[in-house]
Amino acid sequence: MKLTGAEILVRTLIDEGTTDVFGYPGGQVINIYDALYKYKDELNHVLTAHEQGAAHAADGYSRATGKVGVCIATSGPGATNLVTGIATAMLDSIPMVAITGNVPCSLIGKDSFQEIDITGITLPITKHNYFVNNIESLQDTIREAFAIAKSGRPGPVLVDIPKDVQVATYDYEPKEKMPKFPLRLAKDSEIEAAIKLLNEAKRPYIYIGGGAAGLGMGQAIVDFANRIDAYIGCTFMGLSSIPTDCPRFLGMQGMHGHYASSMAQNEADLILGIGVRFSDRATGNVKKYAKNCKIIQLDPDFSEINKNVSVDVGIVGDVEYSFKKIITGVLDKKNPEWVDRVESLKADEARFEEEIANKAKAPLTPKMMLDVINENKPEGTVIVTDVGQHQMWTAQYVKFDRTRRFVSSGGLGTMGFGLGAAIGARVATGDPTVLITGDGSFGMNLNELATAVSHKIPLVIVIADNGVLGMVRQWQTLFFNKHYSNTVLTDRKTDFVKLAEAFGAVGKRVFTKDEFADAFREALKVTDGPVVIDAVIDKDEFVLPMLPPGGSIDDIIVNIDKEGK
Amino acid sequence: MNKFVIAVYVENKFGVLTRVTSMFTRRGFNIDALTVGETESPEYSRITISLSGDGYAREQLINQLRKLFNVRKVEVLEPDCIKRELMLIKIENRPEHRADIHYAADAYRAKVVDYTNDGMCIEVTGDPTKIDAFIEIMKPYGIIEMCRTGIVALERGKETLLGKEN
Repeated sequence: MKLTGAEILVRTLIDEGTTDVFGYPGGQVINIYDALYKYKDELNHVLTAHEQGAAHAADGYSRATGKVGVCIATSGPGATNLVTGIATAMLDSIPMVAITGNVPCSLIGKDSFQEIDITGITLPITKHNYFVNNIESLQDTIREAFAIAKSGRPGPVLVDIPKDVQVATYDYEPKEKMPKFPLRLAKDSEIEAAIKLLNEAKRPYIYIGGGAAGLGMGQAIVDFANRIDAYIGCTFMGLSSIPTDCPRFLGMQGMHGHYASSMAQNEADLILGIGVRFSDRATGNVKKYAKNCKIIQLDPDFSEINKNVSVDVGIVGDVEYSFKKIITGVLDKKNPEWVDRVESLKADEARFEEEIANKAKAPLTPKMMLDVINENKPEGTVIVTDVGQHQMWTAQYVKFDRTRRFVSSGGLGTMGFGLGAAIGARVATGDPTVLITGDGSFGMNLNELATAVSHKIPLVIVIADNGVLGMVRQWQTLFFNKHYSNTVLTDRKTDFVKLAEAFGAVGKRVFTKDEFADAFREALKVTDGPVVIDAVIDKDEFVLPMLPPGGSIDDIIVNIDKEGK
Repeated sequence: MNKFVIAVYVENKFGVLTRVTSMFTRRGFNIDALTVGETESPEYSRITISLSGDGYAREQLINQLRKLFNVRKVEVLEPDCIKRELMLIKIENRPEHRADIHYAADAYRAKVVDYTNDGMCIEVTGDPTKIDAFIEIMKPYGIIEMCRTGIVALERGKETLLGKEN
């Protein structure tokens, strides 16, 4: 059948299994919006307040489901507004397809109205991108874009479609999804090398990253850890892949990681890294990182092996395949000394946390908030965050019950990510969704409240409102002589309750743990729109423990008072 | 710091060279020379990159290149591969040097391709070390302008780059 380019695009998105897209119309995508109108029963479009929100929503949709998220924007400013969202997806390896319109081919290169070279701009922040200059290749380009986005190490793909290609007509028949590109399979010799190291290990530590988070390997990893008396730690991106209450699981390690997790990693004699990239926030000073330790790294991406840390055995390719092969060859083992040591580290950690909790005089602390959230959140709740102190507290304290329940910008650290991403995650899953944000981050893209209200998207939005840019303030306290340069927000006088109401949402301000618990439980009952809980906390709460930037585990700060001592 | 030569087969598509060079900038790779041209197959172009660096830089460069979607094949060429480069070099034409320049050109199997009363242009082809040596010889006579193509390289024997296993 003959369809227009715009119709072929929308049909192909549907063929690829897309249920919801996020976007904003404009001059060079009117035809696409006309096709969305035509097929609105088959593909839901969520109109956001800003294209950046659409990109984050597509990202959240993907993180919560593993499916490819799709966003649409017009040429010029519409396209450039996607950039932060695309870069966020790139740094966290999130599969996403961004569709942009552009001026007709005859006007390309002439600085036409709202013309921008978006493929040029997004070259370094996409896994791949396309400028589609003929209708003949449109359908297969979209199919290929999906295949690239989700194959191997996933990532965002941008497809720029000039207006004349959207308008032209061409034959269209539905096609099967293009299969993912096959991954390399580990050689037997590589597997044997890994097995040998694991059999020799007396203090094994399994280290899970974002590359393992989506694969649903959690139970297999826990079973393996039990067999060989290993402990499991994760990166920020690996959170939610192992249920938090698993006794083998030590939680996140790194700059703001759990004490026991970071210490155990440092004392391990073998690290089995699965889908990790040894980022600077995870390792601290690489020269001092895990120096007495053998490292095995499993990753789909060639370039990750030996990039940040030299490893003893690096196995490129299908991570699940490699892992399954390895565990069949490793012998069951008891490591009682290691178990004793890690259990004592866990006891130390519990003691530090108790000391901090006992010292707290404030009626509401971040830990109290997260305890309330843990006690009250329904099973399968998606936890979304913005970026800053609240993000680290969430990473430390929230209890996850299944994989893909943690949606947060790790690599790029994008403030303003949360609200759009929460919308995407809620639309994609239909599961209860809680956004934990800060007054700084929320201020960046709070316009997306309009999106949640207009689409009746239930979200519980918790603002950890300390009136400061807390993470930067923490550094200023510790390393910059308390020069609080441009990090105090109280002069803004933003009233988040009134603001929520102005957007047509519900707002509630709380000052104590009990008030917060009541508000949180009430908010979960609301099914037709967002609820904003403005939770007022002290401006000098710290994220602890902390490895100072560029420092190593020897420099770990586990407890400090408000003066930063 | 070793010098090495990397050959890359890329799909003949819009913007591929930009993808490759922008990756170099982004990842902070410093390359000495880069050439690109047609191959035996109309589907592919071949990029030849020469650079100096340690083993880490070489491994990273190859792995990052492999990740680019339009890149079909990346190989570090054997050190004994056939390397060729072409240079055009414009020298001052002074009567007292004319004969010496001609002798040198003959010895290097170079050709005089343009000749005026005050300047001459010489074309020289060969291994990059030969070109380097020719430049050294010409320096005292007054180099006015010069331009090198960067190298192209093929490995010896019947085997092809595309035929090699990863």
